[in-house]
Amino acid sequence: MARVVHRPPSGRVGSTNVAAVADPDFQRAVLDAAPGPMHPAARETFLAALDAGWADPRRLHSEGRRAAALLDTARSVLAAGLDARPDEVTLHPTGSHALLAGLRGIRLARRRVGATIVTTAVDQALVLREPDVDAVGVDSEGRLDLVALRERLAAPHVALCVLAAANQEIGTRQPIADALAASAAAGVPLLVDLAASWGRSPLPPRPDAYAADASSVGGPPLGVLAVRPGTRVKRQPVSTPERGLEPAPPFVPLALAAAEAWRQQEADREVEDRATSALIDRIRAAAAALPDVQVVGSATDRLPHVATFSVLYVDGETLVHELDRRGFAVASGSACTADTLEPSHVLAAIGAVTHGNVRITLPTSAVAPHRAQDVDRFCTVLPDAVSTVRAQLGTDRL
Amino acid sequence: MSSHHLDARGQKCPLPVIALARLAADLPAGSRIEVLADDPAARADIPAWCRLKGHTVSQTDVGEHTAYLVVVGQAPRKSTGGA
Repeated sequence: MARVVHRPPSGRVGSTNVAAVADPDFQRAVLDAAPGPMHPAARETFLAALDAGWADPRRLHSEGRRAAALLDTARSVLAAGLDARPDEVTLHPTGSHALLAGLRGIRLARRRVGATIVTTAVDQALVLREPDVDAVGVDSEGRLDLVALRERLAAPHVALCVLAAANQEIGTRQPIADALAASAAAGVPLLVDLAASWGRSPLPPRPDAYAADASSVGGPPLGVLAVRPGTRVKRQPVSTPERGLEPAPPFVPLALAAAEAWRQQEADREVEDRATSALIDRIRAAAAALPDVQVVGSATDRLPHVATFSVLYVDGETLVHELDRRGFAVASGSACTADTLEPSHVLAAIGAVTHGNVRITLPTSAVAPHRAQDVDRFCTVLPDAVSTVRAQLGTDRL
Repeated sequence: MSSHHLDARGQKCPLPVIALARLAADLPAGSRIEVLADDPAARADIPAWCRLKGHTVSQTDVGEHTAYLVVVGQAPRKSTGGA
């Protein structure tokens, strides 16, 4: 089985790369697995499927029929991963596409009731950018206000409720069972976004629809939408692929790789849950031990593999570059770390410091066999990386 | 109590917070600081920093920028993590 080894581009290995100089066996540590490298077994499946399943599954020739049969197999595996039957599941280019297809399909089917989408202030930006969104506030850990949610669901003209089971930036879980009871009492369908949590956290009780992405389990990007029978969704005519929700069928090798990644991750999930949770506890403790660092998100009721903290008086961009130079790939929710001047809406909504932000999403152990050592090394290097950046900016004595 | 002004217009995050922290570090509790900033990130960041450090803050939008009124809180100012 090919092991995925990440080395920095040769231009980066030089006098500026501290870790590389100190240790000739130095390897890149990918601590940003959203999306991350593919699970080795999913990668093998993908490569084999390029030969066996390249055809359009709608074609009538042998190659097309073989691709269609492989797609059926993949769909069955993915459906089981969402406690659904294969005919309830549609496949989409990414989890974002699956979420939007579900959101818009359910909203259109309920247009006589209304158009309002009830969600939270920390749900994905693509949900908050939709028209007619009513976003419920959250507490300082990012947990939704259930009383406010019940009130908003009881208002007229609510088409559906969309909630992420756990926050992809700060890891905090939402009380989905309570939210499901509240939406059922109000007669409003609930679409649960599993983009960050599928395969990383036990499935919450089945709502009207789930949207997931195979990249959360070490698969390629592939969206999966599972709609419960009886939930009405506006669809295109029956001849349209994916039960009238996509203009084209998925590329079959991606679906097979996604299914293999799910199978692998499901087999390992409980062990992975304990292992990643312990590593995240260490990262949170290492960050909290530094002066002027704010660790955000719930310490206990959270995804096992996500940690976020903000380092005061440094900018996220400089800190990400400093950690990169030392061999670590991390993400950030600070402004100026993407093509936007706005910081992460999640950090802003929970009232956390938005500058100097570092976001860790641990890969699975199959993808990163040296994960524990990587985290050890990260915790060791972090204090010096932070002091280096603060010294550069002249903020070390604040 | 003493009153201070900080014009951080044109500065991007985290510079307004750094300048504010420098100024607040030497001021006694109850001192008032008026901060002007126009970076969108400061809208979330200045109040978040104030909460973390025990300062109180109110803000008003004035055309293209935002005016923050910070009242310096009691020490301790150094925090070591925890949301």
